[in-house]
Amino acid sequence: MSLTELRPASHRQVPPPKNVKTRSWLYRFDNKTVPYVFISPFFILFGIFGVFPLIFNGIVAVRNWQLDDPAANGWVGLDNFQRLLTDEDFWNALGNTFGIFILSTVPQLLIALIIANLLNRRLRGNTFWRIGILLPYLTPVVASTLVFAIFFARDNGMANWFLSLVGFGHETPLDWRAQKWSAWLAIATMVNWKWIGYNALLYLSAMQAIPKDVYEAAAVDGAGPWRQLWRITVPMIQPVVVFTVILSTIGGLQLFNEPMMFDENPQSASGGSDHQFQTIAQLIYKVGWKDLDLGYAASMSWALFLIILIVAGINTLLTRRIGGER
Amino acid sequence: MTKTYVNRAPQDTRGSWLTYVGLGLVLLFSAFPVYWMFVISTSTDEAVAQMPPSVIPGGEFWTNVHEVFTLNEVFFAASLINSVIVSGVITLSTLFFCSLAGFAFAKLRFRGRNALLVVVVLTLTVPSQLGIVALYIVMDKVGWNQTLLAVIAPSLVSAFGVFYMRQFIAHAVPDELVESARIDGALNMRVYWNIILPAIRPALAVLGLLTFVMAWNDFQWPLIQLNGTDFPTSMVALSDLASGNYVIYRRVLAGAFLATVPLIVLLLIGGRQIVRGIMEGAVKS
Repeated sequence: MSLTELRPASHRQVPPPKNVKTRSWLYRFDNKTVPYVFISPFFILFGIFGVFPLIFNGIVAVRNWQLDDPAANGWVGLDNFQRLLTDEDFWNALGNTFGIFILSTVPQLLIALIIANLLNRRLRGNTFWRIGILLPYLTPVVASTLVFAIFFARDNGMANWFLSLVGFGHETPLDWRAQKWSAWLAIATMVNWKWIGYNALLYLSAMQAIPKDVYEAAAVDGAGPWRQLWRITVPMIQPVVVFTVILSTIGGLQLFNEPMMFDENPQSASGGSDHQFQTIAQLIYKVGWKDLDLGYAASMSWALFLIILIVAGINTLLTRRIGGER
Repeated sequence: MTKTYVNRAPQDTRGSWLTYVGLGLVLLFSAFPVYWMFVISTSTDEAVAQMPPSVIPGGEFWTNVHEVFTLNEVFFAASLINSVIVSGVITLSTLFFCSLAGFAFAKLRFRGRNALLVVVVLTLTVPSQLGIVALYIVMDKVGWNQTLLAVIAPSLVSAFGVFYMRQFIAHAVPDELVESARIDGALNMRVYWNIILPAIRPALAVLGLLTFVMAWNDFQWPLIQLNGTDFPTSMVALSDLASGNYVIYRRVLAGAFLATVPLIVLLLIGGRQIVRGIMEGAVKS
């Protein structure tokens, strides 16, 4: 306001009397309506392509909706959900999803914390390190998983070569894809590789927001660097830790790209010869677009949605609890 | 007080040699898969099968790349162009719509502003990937299935973008600047164009880079839409390249490397902005 008061009256401030009426209408419109015009593209587009499908999904889930047989479509009530309860493929996929989720989330966040703590010093080449650890975050999962697939190959794979160096698998090399535990471990490695750097930067940003006198006060108690990390830093950045736990719950339980591309024949979406590493997101894709059974796929999506809500809730409570005790 | 070093906050403590060794290992771990991707894409079949694995680039890069581009049923060259189109349109649209909405939320007064902003923040957590079955049916009704439009449309805006822009504009543009322009008779659109846009260039760079990367790497939805068409995105083409009974690693990895190069270039040019975007997003959310 002060800026305009100092300024000599400009002719623009007094509109020519001729079109006073249209101008005042224009300004009222600009004041009252234009703000809504500005925000409407977001709400319209997000409503149509983001929120509506989620709700509509609920309707699809209680219908029979076959892509290849539209004549068979119709209401089936809770049949799809009942079928889900006794579907071995679903429970198998649920187990795989959780197995990979735990193997990836826990190490991922712990290592990210330690790396963030390393970055939270006075360093030479600050920006260089930060950009460097972001390389996995930018690399397309589809591309990096193809490298990891070679790394974990049974014959001539680098992982087996490392194992043979320490004396394992000389007679029969480990077939990483064949067993659940090894396939989960391989896939979890890929997930960890992609997300550690990203999470480290989130933690670093929170660590740098901690007031310095918090540390100075605690120094009286003689806290060393390691105890400093667990006793002061981690409790102080707890909200961000909760945030990353929720993020990786939402992302981890919907894992799709890694198990897809780790398969010897990615387009089959089978998650290994015996579905050893088929995740729920993969099963949804298979049921929907290979078996063309959209109704059943929709009911799986709803089940997954519920599971994510529950797990995210539990994880949030757990993280709060653990943080609060320190 | 013998241990004076603990007196300081970690960010004031100089990193020891151990810190650098640790960070060096992390960097090695981060960069090696991408480097190895490049190595295999330059190798012969024999070099790929060699034990211990070769970690030095060979001389076959152009041969392998040539093979990828001339595979008829994969459409790799077209897929790169498609990825540029899809990611480019999504990025421009996200920047425009999100900054426009961010401006309204940060600087304009209207009824229901705060409530609507809460709605935006809530939608941040909506896992819209779970709606893909219904989204497919919606696209079917509109007649867009198996077109680039179906891939682009759901990503034209993002809740994160609106929120990020609102926070940036609220801090970076003084209210007085907007008000004086309004008193001078400028309409809101003119204020947006002449005052807001020039002031938020850094935020546009950050959001643009993050959006482009996400759009480029997106796989599930493009796979559902474009698998089997002759105009896939590069991620869909890659999955096609890697499928089949007999997979030729050097060729697949040459494709993977080609699809990764644009992002490496972005990281080299805009790494600083990307780092800042991620770190700022953390503080504000």
